[in-house]
Amino acid sequence: MCNSPGSLDQLDRRIVVATQAGLPLVAEPYLQIAQQLGTSEAEVMERMQRMLESGIIRRIGAVPNHYTLGFRGNGMSVWDVPDEKARLYGRRIGALEFVSHAYLRPRHLPEWRYNLFAMVHGKDRSEVMEKIARIADMLGQDNQAHEILFSTRILKKTGLRI
Amino acid sequence: MDETDRAIINRLQESFPIAHRPYRQAAQALGIDEAELIQRIEQMLEQRQLSRFGPLYHAEKLGGGLSLCAMNVPEDQFERVAEQVNAFPEVAHNYARDHRFNIWFVLATETPQRIDSVLKAIEQTTGYPVYNMPKEEEFFVGLRFHV
Repeated sequence: MCNSPGSLDQLDRRIVVATQAGLPLVAEPYLQIAQQLGTSEAEVMERMQRMLESGIIRRIGAVPNHYTLGFRGNGMSVWDVPDEKARLYGRRIGALEFVSHAYLRPRHLPEWRYNLFAMVHGKDRSEVMEKIARIADMLGQDNQAHEILFSTRILKKTGLRI
Repeated sequence: MDETDRAIINRLQESFPIAHRPYRQAAQALGIDEAELIQRIEQMLEQRQLSRFGPLYHAEKLGGGLSLCAMNVPEDQFERVAEQVNAFPEVAHNYARDHRFNIWFVLATETPQRIDSVLKAIEQTTGYPVYNMPKEEEFFVGLRFHV
């Protein structure tokens, strides 16, 4: 079985569309999806299992809303680290338990010098600042500059379209 | 939220079964019954303690394009630009941030090739440059909150 994106067929895509907002909250959710799509429960389960194994589905489960759960501080920390060490530090920062996403991204010099992004979560802003200080300690002299961008407002939030 | 709700959030962030009666299976591990688990998940969704329950898809592996974009817009133009950016259906999330780069949005397109043309359209409509910051590498996604 080929796992490239191109191997998703029409039925796979319909399963994605039917489930991207969530799994039905009924005793037999996969059966309900199957009935909705005119296929069998076994077919839906098998295809979802396959998408899970190939990483198309990252995971199945509860996605907590960190804001309402009391993680009111969420800072996007951005770091300028030497390019040749960026991947090493990306892995280290990504392994920290308070970091939800870490990415290597392109710089846009001279306006934007940062190449490493890490979303840091805490109960409030001061906890976020403390955690960012820990990252700065870890980077030492390789931290050429960093900033924290706090979000002030959600302007738009929708699901992904496929 | 009580101890059981917290246990549900902590346990079910990791995985949820693909099975004929998945809620029953998950409920057994939590020491509650199926109906109670379903009802509690429903309630946490309603109260927005959970933002969703179900599969989390990997957009690029689905064949789509995804990118983080930033704009640096003067304060007095902010509302107009934000509104124009939001009007593009490809803009999935958009956040105001306290920085010179004050608009940060995620573009999700059906194909990776579409990203560039949507970016250009946003630049033309708003009159401001869009800084494209697609990820070059992802190190970790998916914080597990312990509540």
